[in-house]
Amino acid sequence: MVENRPMTTFISHSVLIIGVALIVFPIWIMLVASSHDALRLTQVPLPLLPGDQFWENIKLLFSSKTFGAPIHLSLLNSLAMAMMISLGKISISVISAFAIVYFKFRFRMFFFWMIFVTLMLPVEVRILPTYEVVASLGMLDSYLGLSVPLIASATATFMFRQTFLTISDELMEASRIDGASPMRFFFDVVIPMSRTNIAALFVILFIYGWNQYLWPLLITTDPDMYTVVMSIKQMLESGESEPMWHMIMLTALFAMLPPVLVVVFMQKIFVKGLTDSEK
Amino acid sequence: MQKRVHYNTSYLPYLLVAPQIIITLVFFIWPAMQALYQSFLLEDAFGLSSEFVWFDNFVELYDNPNYLSSFIRTAFFSFAVAGLSMGVALFFAALADRVVKGAQGYRTLLIIPYAVAPVLAGTLWLFLFNPTLGIMTYFLDMIGINWNHKLDSSQAMGLVILAAAWKQISYNFLFFVAAMHSIPKSLIEAAAIDGAGPAHRFRTIIFPLISPTTFFLLVVNIIYAFFDTFGIIHAVTAGGPGNSTEILVYKVFNDGFVGLDLGGSAAQSVILMFIVIALTVIQFKYIERKVEY
Repeated sequence: MVENRPMTTFISHSVLIIGVALIVFPIWIMLVASSHDALRLTQVPLPLLPGDQFWENIKLLFSSKTFGAPIHLSLLNSLAMAMMISLGKISISVISAFAIVYFKFRFRMFFFWMIFVTLMLPVEVRILPTYEVVASLGMLDSYLGLSVPLIASATATFMFRQTFLTISDELMEASRIDGASPMRFFFDVVIPMSRTNIAALFVILFIYGWNQYLWPLLITTDPDMYTVVMSIKQMLESGESEPMWHMIMLTALFAMLPPVLVVVFMQKIFVKGLTDSEK
Repeated sequence: MQKRVHYNTSYLPYLLVAPQIIITLVFFIWPAMQALYQSFLLEDAFGLSSEFVWFDNFVELYDNPNYLSSFIRTAFFSFAVAGLSMGVALFFAALADRVVKGAQGYRTLLIIPYAVAPVLAGTLWLFLFNPTLGIMTYFLDMIGINWNHKLDSSQAMGLVILAAAWKQISYNFLFFVAAMHSIPKSLIEAAAIDGAGPAHRFRTIIFPLISPTTFFLLVVNIIYAFFDTFGIIHAVTAGGPGNSTEILVYKVFNDGFVGLDLGGSAAQSVILMFIVIALTVIQFKYIERKVEY
C-alpha cells in the first residue's frame, strides 16, 4: 500500500465483497436448489437459503437411473477422459519439446511448424471431418475416441520448449561427459527441473479435459459412455415436463466439484503457470 | 530457438516427436484438409453423389443474409463478452491491488468460475433467469421488467453474453492482477508524493502500463467468445429464439450435424479457420513486441 487512506480501503473492501458475492451468486443458488425437494422448486419465489433435503437428494441421484446414465458411471467417464487428455497432452508435448530443443535433426523446423498449426484448429471448427476420421477408425463410444483427438497440443509444447531453454547448457554437457544417454538426461535432469510447469499445466489441462462438451456429445451414443458434463444437457431436455431442477443442480454440483477443487487447492501453482505460460 | 549444444543421434528425435506428429496429422491436418476439400463440393441430401463446385459454397454463404447476420451477431457477441468481462475484471483487479488483507480470499472465490464448464455456466444462468421459476425473473418482475428470453431475442442475447462473460472474469482478473503487480512500486509512490490520488494514478499510470496485457486479453477473449461458448449457447438458447443467438460456431454445428448441409458447413469451417489464423497471428505479433518497463 502506497498511502494510508482508511476510507478508500474500506470502500475497496465493501465493493469487493459485494462484487465477489455477485460472482458467486449463481453457484450459491445451485447449492441452495440442490438442497430442496422437487415440490419446493416449483413454487415462486425460489428459496435463497439452503433446505434440508441435500442428503436425500444425493441418495436419490446415486440410486436412480432415470436421468440417463447412472451418475457414478458418468463421473468415472469424465475422470478417465480428463486424466487421459491431461496426462496424454503433457507426455507427448514434453517429449516433442525435448526433441526440438535438444536434438539437431532433419525437418526439425518442419515438425515444429506442424505442431504450431494445431493451435489454429480448435475442435469446434473441424468437428465434422474429425468426427468422420474417428468414426472410420472405429473409435466412437470409447475412451480413446474421447481423448486422443484432443491430445495434440501446441500450447504445451511451446511452454515446455520455453522451460527447457532456461535450463543451462552446462547441465547437458556435464551429463554427456559423465556418459549419460539423452534419455537418462531427460528423466534425471529435464523432468525434475520442469516439475512446477508440469503441475501447473496439469491443472489447466485437467479443467480443459473435464469440461469438454461438444466432442463427447458428438462421439458418444451409448449412455454408459456419457460424461457428467454432457449429461446435464440431457437432463435439461428430458421430456415435456418441467426439468427436475433439484436433480439438475445436484448433478451440476458434482460436475463442477472436481475441477473447482483442483483449481482452488492448486491455486498458487495454477496462477503462476497461467500467467507465465500464456504471456 | 535451440540449444548451443545438442545431441546428434540418428533416430531418437524422430521417435520423440512421432506421437505428437501422428496425432496432429490424423486428427488435425487430415480433417482440416477434408474440410477444405468438402467446402468445394456440393453433396446431395443422401450423401450418394457429390459434385465439385469450386467456390459456389462460399458464394452462397456470401449471398445468404442468414450467414451475414450470424457474422455480425458473432462480432457483437464477442466484443460484448470481451468488454463486459474485461471491464468487470479490471475493476476488481484495481480494487484488489489496493487491499492487502483478504486479497487471497477474494482471489480464491473469483477463480471458481474459471473451472466451471461452459455448459454448466449456461445451466446456472438459465436457472437464475428461468422465465417461470427463476429467482432473477422474480426480482425483475418486482421492478416491472417482464423477462422471457425464450421469446425476446435481445433478452436471449443479453443472457448468453452475461453467462459467457461471467465465466471469463476469473481469467481476466488473474492477468490484470499479475500485470499490476509487475508495475514498479516506486512509480506509484512518486505519483502519490506528487499528490495524485488513487483514481488519478490508475488513469495516468496503471492503465497505460498494463495496456499490453489489455490488448493480449482482448484477443484471448475474442477467441474465447468465438469458439469456447458453444456449450453456453447450446444450454441456454440453442441458437434461438429464431436465429437470434446463433453465432458462427453454433451455425457450423447446426448446419452440419442437424441440417446435414455438409458443403455449406465445411465452407463455414474454412472461414472460421481463417479467422483463428488471423487472430493467432495478431496474438503472436503482440508477444514479439512485448513492452518492457
